[in-house]
Amino acid sequence: MKIITCMKWIPDTSEAELSIASGGKDIKKDDLDYDLNDWDRFAIEEAVQLKEKYDGEVTAISVAPEDAEEMLRECLARGADEAFQIWNDAFEGSDGFVIARALAEFIRKRPFDIIVTGTLAEDDGGGQVGGMLGAMLGVPSATLVSRIEIADGKARFRRELEGGLYENIEMELPAVISVATGLNEPRFVSIRAVRKVASIDIPTVDLDELGLDESQVGHSGSRISVEKVFLPPEGEGAEIIKGSTEEAAARLAEILKEKGVL
Amino acid sequence: MTILEPANVPLLGIPAPTIALIIILGSIAFFTYVMWKRIDLLKRCAPDPRFSDVSERIKMTLLYGFGQLRQPRYFGAGLLHILLFAGFMILSLRSLTLIGRGFSAEFHLPFMTGAIAFGYDAIKDYTVLVVLGVCLIAIARRAIWQPARYAHPGTHGHEGEAFIILGLVCSLMITDMVYDGSAFIPHPEPWYFFPASALAASFMKSASPDTLNSLHIGGYWAHILFFFGLLNYLPISKHFHVITAIPNVYFSNLKHGAIKPVRYGVSDWMELEQCGVNDLTGFTWKHVLDFYSCADCGRCSDNCPANIVGRALSPKMISIKARDYAYQKYPIFGSPKDFGAKKLVGDIITEEEIWACTTCGACERECPIFIEYIDKIVDMRRYLLEQGALPQSLQKPLQQIKKKGNAYGAVKGKRAAWSKDIEGVEVRELKKGDTADLLFFVDSCGSFDPRIQEISKSFARILGRTSCDFGILGQDENDSGNEVRRIGEEGLFEQVSEKNIEAFESRNFRQIVTYDPHAFNVIRNDYPKKFPIIHSSQLLSRLVRDKMLKFSGDYIGGRLVTYHDPCYLGRHNNIYDDPRFVINSIPGLRFREMERCCSRSFCCSGGGIMLWYENEQETQRMGEKRVRMAQEIGAQVIVTACPFCLINVEDAIKTTGNEGRIEVIDLVELADRSMS
Ligand code: SF4
Ligand code: SF4
Repeated sequence: MKIITCMKWIPDTSEAELSIASGGKDIKKDDLDYDLNDWDRFAIEEAVQLKEKYDGEVTAISVAPEDAEEMLRECLARGADEAFQIWNDAFEGSDGFVIARALAEFIRKRPFDIIVTGTLAEDDGGGQVGGMLGAMLGVPSATLVSRIEIADGKARFRRELEGGLYENIEMELPAVISVATGLNEPRFVSIRAVRKVASIDIPTVDLDELGLDESQVGHSGSRISVEKVFLPPEGEGAEIIKGSTEEAAARLAEILKEKGVL
Repeated sequence: MTILEPANVPLLGIPAPTIALIIILGSIAFFTYVMWKRIDLLKRCAPDPRFSDVSERIKMTLLYGFGQLRQPRYFGAGLLHILLFAGFMILSLRSLTLIGRGFSAEFHLPFMTGAIAFGYDAIKDYTVLVVLGVCLIAIARRAIWQPARYAHPGTHGHEGEAFIILGLVCSLMITDMVYDGSAFIPHPEPWYFFPASALAASFMKSASPDTLNSLHIGGYWAHILFFFGLLNYLPISKHFHVITAIPNVYFSNLKHGAIKPVRYGVSDWMELEQCGVNDLTGFTWKHVLDFYSCADCGRCSDNCPANIVGRALSPKMISIKARDYAYQKYPIFGSPKDFGAKKLVGDIITEEEIWACTTCGACERECPIFIEYIDKIVDMRRYLLEQGALPQSLQKPLQQIKKKGNAYGAVKGKRAAWSKDIEGVEVRELKKGDTADLLFFVDSCGSFDPRIQEISKSFARILGRTSCDFGILGQDENDSGNEVRRIGEEGLFEQVSEKNIEAFESRNFRQIVTYDPHAFNVIRNDYPKKFPIIHSSQLLSRLVRDKMLKFSGDYIGGRLVTYHDPCYLGRHNNIYDDPRFVINSIPGLRFREMERCCSRSFCCSGGGIMLWYENEQETQRMGEKRVRMAQEIGAQVIVTACPFCLINVEDAIKTTGNEGRIEVIDLVELADRSMS
């Protein structure tokens, strides 16, 4: 079985103090550490587990700059057989459509049975690439998948819906599956595991190999343009509750009552 | 009458010496074969250089092997064991003599004649009674009182073995008494010289000469058979320790506080096929000798905090399960058991067990024969981690250390932020090439945890006020890596330790000082390059002694204070007195020890990234257990000397409803607030 998994390289904003870049269309990213999107960690794990279960090969792909090689190498350490890095500086500022397009162009030339991605990325939360990729490749797709089983050229998925509902669906392969977090326990990648795959070549793929030109990627190729990125003005609607635990709890209960929650 | 001696009476027409020879040769052949098989397995195991430091090892053997110094930590059982052990030592000469008596009625060991023989025989007679008494008490303890620590959860049918052994020893003593007692009747002596013989004789008084002869000869041969039976039963049972315990103590680990390398004798472990241990022969030979030697006494598990709070781990069971596995996989006779897909590491010793350990060292400190657990657990973790099977709760913090040098995910540049606004002290960030007398190693917790930053500030204030010339590494400091190594991520440990070593080497200082025992331990014992390092408690006690630091009792008032020994300061580095000295130099302070103190201190659940570890089986937190121990003695203040103890205990004070009643404070903070 040929499994492809698409990874995103994102800035880690969890502990950082964020500030807006000049121009107001993005955050300042120079001081941020980048890492594999957490949702995609579950996707690569699922891809590798599918490979271990059904026998196959895993290809990891990312549209990401040079630094992201370490992420793809980590994917190899996690069990991917090969990895490709698609990049050209013109990709800077691309939206989900451009990314999906680049991935689709790359994947079109290779046979696959299943594509596994994360449903969302933690940075922009767009959740677009999986669906668009399916459409561009002309195969069915599903999101928030929490379990995958494969038999007779079909895949059965479980999705978790609001309200604790489960939904089982079936699809013909090939298909694009965007997974939910928590569907597996991603393995840990040790320093040694990464070093073991140090000699595997990670080819970089440029625009011409995709049959695209600069105008089709980056801002110019995007269908969405960001107008403004900003931090919510402080103070409005937020109250910091001070005092001892008892006092704070009492105040919290009071607020909740006021708002009619309790 | 003269009694017939066994050597002179043929059995079934075969001369006695021939029978004796057959029994001895048969037993020795069997014993040698069994031992050869057991040693053969050791030879297949990983190397372990334990042949140096001969004088230190001999000392250990004399003190803890023959001297049994750890036995009295459990007073009753320890005393019984000492008596039994001494009895065996004394009776060994007797056994040799008796073996010889199968060949010649007159046989005696060199010099064992006249008064010496008489004296020895008298001592031996008392010993026989003592050993018999001890065995009967031991049988009763196990049968009637059944101390919990002897249990084998998930039973493996070993409970019976103790009774077999004790029964065999009793039989040895009784047959010896029958043999001597029957000869005592025709040649009586005052009973107080030979109480065992006299006692046995009193039962045989009315026997006819023929019966006496039969008893004498029968007692002898029975004794010989029991003796060789016991000898041969030892290496196939848990009582192998009778043979292996002394060598086990001799080869014990002398490098306290340190973790063994991935594999001894390889220059680049990264090149190894496999990292860590997943099967018996992956362990070092000494570690398998440990498995052989475990006496199932349960002292380790009885003190293991993980076991006590209900986690899946009982260290004793690791030894027992591994020994069972060894005996079945490398059997003396027959073919090895097929374990199928069942693996020693992961299935028989489960992942839950392996991750549940806090590496507190209580088990190792307690074991009378110095069986090791931490290195084995770390070796198994190394394997699991390489398979990717690291508990989810630990993945993020490890990943953060890899990326940012701290588990908190904080930006490197903020590492010295805590030091910027301390009133009255300026904390110098040492740049490359700078010089200071003391290098204050803060570590991640002290740099980024807001509560622990307070300790960092207190320490800086003390250093400032006592005019110490000190500085910190700031940005160039990385996580010390104590838990990184103990979690089994050796590659990351190398990475962080190398960066710290580089930072140390590019600055000039006389000594490193840290208030974190974990950092202290790893730099002192694990770093491949050695740097002079002291713990804050040692520095404080020196400052007090030198009268540089003076205290008033205002802060503590009249409150009752106790001290919680951090595992990595106490058990792993033997620092017990300095913190107590500092505490007790505060005027008017009332101090009381908890029942578990010093080397029996109770782990608060581990430091470093173990703070992130989530365990689902435990029924209470270790910290809560510890707070209750403090509550028991009425303590109002718990002083500790480790940031992680502080975090765990502070949490536990809240969850046990003791907020406002008990305060936990670091020694450094106590000193800071008590400075006059
Ligand atoms: S080191 Fe501590 S937690 Fe680990 S097995 Fe030993 S006693 Fe238990
Ligand atoms: S390891 Fe040591 S303390 Fe634990 S059961 Fe075995 S002999 Fe006893």
